[in-house]
Amino acid sequence: MAYTQQDFKKGQPRWCPGCGDHSFLASLHKAMAEIGTAPYNTAVISGIGCSSRLPYYMNTYAMQTIHGRAAAISTGAKVANPALTIWQISGDGDGLAIGGNHFIHAIRRNVDINMILLNNRIYGLTKGQYSPTSPRGFVSKSSPYGTVEDPFRPAELCFGARGRFFARAVATDNPGTIEILKAAAAHKGASVCEILQNCVIFNDGTHESVYNKEGRAKNAIYLRHGQPMLFGADNEYGLVQEGFGLKVVKLGENGITEKDILVHDAHCQDNTLHLKLALMEGPDFPVALGVIRDVEAPTYESAVAEQIEEIKAVKKYHNFEELLLTNDTWEVK
Amino acid sequence: MSDQPVVKELEQVIVRFSGDSGDGMQLAGNIFSTVSATVGNDISTFPDYPADIRAPQGSLTGVSGFQIHVGAGKVFTPGDQCDVLVAMNAAALKTQYKFAKPTACIIIDTDCFRKSDLEKAEFKTDNPIEEMGIKQEVIAAPISQMVKDCLADSGMDNKAMLKCRNMFALGLVCWLFNRDLSIAENYLRTKFAKKPAVAEANIRVIHSGYDYGHNTHASVTNTYTIESKVKVPGRYMDISGNKATAYGLIAAAEKAGLKLFLGSYPITPATDILHELSKHKSLGVITVQCEDEISGCASAVGASFAGALAVTSTSGPGVCLKSEAMNLAVIQELPLVVIDVQRGGPSTGLPTKSEQTDLLQALFGRNGESPMPVVAAASPTDCFDAAYQACKIALEHMTPVVLLTDAFVANGSGAWKLPKLADYPAIQPPYAPEEMKDNYTPYRRNPETGVRYWAVPGREGFMHILGGLEKDGKTGAISTDPDNHDAMCRARAEKVAKIPVPDVPVYGCKDDAELLIVGFGGTFGHLYSAMEELNAAGRKVALAHFKYINPLPANTAEVLKKYPKVVVAEQNLGQLAGYLRMRVDGFVPYQFNQVKGQPFVVKELVDAFTHILNN
Repeated sequence: MAYTQQDFKKGQPRWCPGCGDHSFLASLHKAMAEIGTAPYNTAVISGIGCSSRLPYYMNTYAMQTIHGRAAAISTGAKVANPALTIWQISGDGDGLAIGGNHFIHAIRRNVDINMILLNNRIYGLTKGQYSPTSPRGFVSKSSPYGTVEDPFRPAELCFGARGRFFARAVATDNPGTIEILKAAAAHKGASVCEILQNCVIFNDGTHESVYNKEGRAKNAIYLRHGQPMLFGADNEYGLVQEGFGLKVVKLGENGITEKDILVHDAHCQDNTLHLKLALMEGPDFPVALGVIRDVEAPTYESAVAEQIEEIKAVKKYHNFEELLLTNDTWEVK
Repeated sequence: MSDQPVVKELEQVIVRFSGDSGDGMQLAGNIFSTVSATVGNDISTFPDYPADIRAPQGSLTGVSGFQIHVGAGKVFTPGDQCDVLVAMNAAALKTQYKFAKPTACIIIDTDCFRKSDLEKAEFKTDNPIEEMGIKQEVIAAPISQMVKDCLADSGMDNKAMLKCRNMFALGLVCWLFNRDLSIAENYLRTKFAKKPAVAEANIRVIHSGYDYGHNTHASVTNTYTIESKVKVPGRYMDISGNKATAYGLIAAAEKAGLKLFLGSYPITPATDILHELSKHKSLGVITVQCEDEISGCASAVGASFAGALAVTSTSGPGVCLKSEAMNLAVIQELPLVVIDVQRGGPSTGLPTKSEQTDLLQALFGRNGESPMPVVAAASPTDCFDAAYQACKIALEHMTPVVLLTDAFVANGSGAWKLPKLADYPAIQPPYAPEEMKDNYTPYRRNPETGVRYWAVPGREGFMHILGGLEKDGKTGAISTDPDNHDAMCRARAEKVAKIPVPDVPVYGCKDDAELLIVGFGGTFGHLYSAMEELNAAGRKVALAHFKYINPLPANTAEVLKKYPKVVVAEQNLGQLAGYLRMRVDGFVPYQFNQVKGQPFVVKELVDAFTHILNN
């Protein structure tokens, strides 16, 4: 049966006008329709925060839970019922501060959940405190003189936890978002999608350089597996490797041609270049968008299920009363 | 031989094995209890081990003990003091002597009473027996040397040979009580099935200990037998409380036709539940060793949402961390069993010791109006029934349930008659009926029970959202309406209050007691034994023992108010007493409270209750 985005829509979102969550939600509805998993086989699970309101606008099974625990709750749901397709929705505070431990362990275990990280680098629901992705020196209500700590870079955490899938999109870029959501759904294992999202009230302009189409044309690069890493309004720029690092070059300058440009390999087991790509930032580098890493590995819930089947085949007891008789027992007459 | 010691018949005997924590005292104790149970004696055991994995060898803090109470009739506790104390080194004698009766027989390994051993045990003289004023019969045997002699031709190294010392002591105890060694042999051959040489070495040493007693009479005047008197026919096994808990969960999942999911994080003294369940993959049991306690509970909430029988196991400090996710299950009205194997607190407290200090935490330790059923297991074998009932309540009433056990019942064991699953009540979760299709909202309730209907993801036409935010009782949408919130708080409370639980049982002089003893959970055996002693002495005493604490049984007020005097005895500073006073108007009991991390001592209970009776 074919679904439309209407099939996944529910209710009237209550985010602020102009919030990036609106645009992301529309992309998610559309992506789900294109993916085609039935709404009743889908569960959307979130924690706490502005973006964690999202499950209320999904016509699927859903849970909005407690702060930071969405990854842990999703893990239990997926292992108990592998037939469910699970989308886990978290913000940067929910996913990386209070829920940081569950975030890295769900990735390490490689549970087949689609982990959406809506990163606006601010705490919105509690009205404007800095988050673990706010840059050093960030002025907020709880850091009136600027923060004195460095932020997490989500890709670094993800790869540090052996992440096999990492993709990035800008919330207002619907085609770019839909593309990575579909890739995340197709990937078997924990898929981290970082969504760069604006908070119009407390952190307006945080992703300004890439937030509109013109900005992205100049300041972002869309990575696609098997394609050369070209960017710019006319694809006039490209990425090459230089020493241990990456370098931006202009085609035609210094004899550079397209064949000198790196070709993206999202399936490369080694994550060194994936990390370099993911950490690129302006003004010297474009921000990498698209699927940066997508590597196959056994998923946790399938390994759990397979082990159960293996042991079932080996062991001679398969119900409670048979279990009892595996013990030393004696008869009293 | 004509001058063999006289064989006397005993009603009961208490043996305590003690030694360094690496001396294998738990194994010796387990084998002796199995040997005794196999011949039809009733048993109750109590392992008493130090918190450190390996304290310095021979030190006072490294002593590990294992006490077994063997009875011709029913036994309810591991016993206060022992008839036989095995002390494998000087430190064990120093710390464990207080557990020996004045009439006890004490067995020591003289090879571990050398000067350095005595110094480590902080003896001031070279004669510990005299220094401690020990008047009891002492079997002083050079056990280490005899073990080495016995295994001299085995090709084992010194260290490996000395690992078998525990079996020599066990052999000697088996001789003292005329036990059949073939049962111990079978036990060892099964335990060391993959290391037959180890099994055979241990078996040789047991025989050597037995023969030593037989040939020398070990300077004792009597040996003993314990004939089984009260036999309920059937097949039995020896089971610890934690294992019985795990079995109860397995049985409930099978009965309910659900997958069993355990999310857990290792914590003493609850970890054996995780160990046990992780073995039984052939029964389809899923265990996830989570990244922390929070995730243990949170993953279980996820599994419950997805349609499994979801359980998380922990001890008190873990409950602190799980509380938020437990509360999520309260407001989402999802079935969940939270097992709290209580240990000494607060904070890390006494990790290997037993208390009943988490009762109020289980009842009230969460934000908001958070009603949660609480069930407490009375004994190691009762953990099975308590776990089964906790699952039944959780699944049938769509609520998290706390199952309280404690380190004493979790690690202790008893002879358990193998149950038949057919004899246990059905478990029927309130699945949303098909006629609710396309019309389902999650908080519509069965008008009689107040229980909502369960729609498991994957079912077409039943999609809904659950969450930590308050919901409208009719539509299931987020609601901050004051009247709705008030109604939902009451609905959740009433649902729990309506859960049917059996009456609290009253034992002893239920019609004319002058004093009613009241307790809950793992103190049952000690309180029952104290009651029996007082009854035997002609005092009119009864015992009401609570297994269901929330909701309280319907006859609670009637029972508590029926007798002239009531004493609530518990291993905390009065948590059950305070709770009962809150729930039963005008109830003012005497209290007996101890928070020592150790089981009650029956004699102390008898003295305290006698004092109350006499006043």
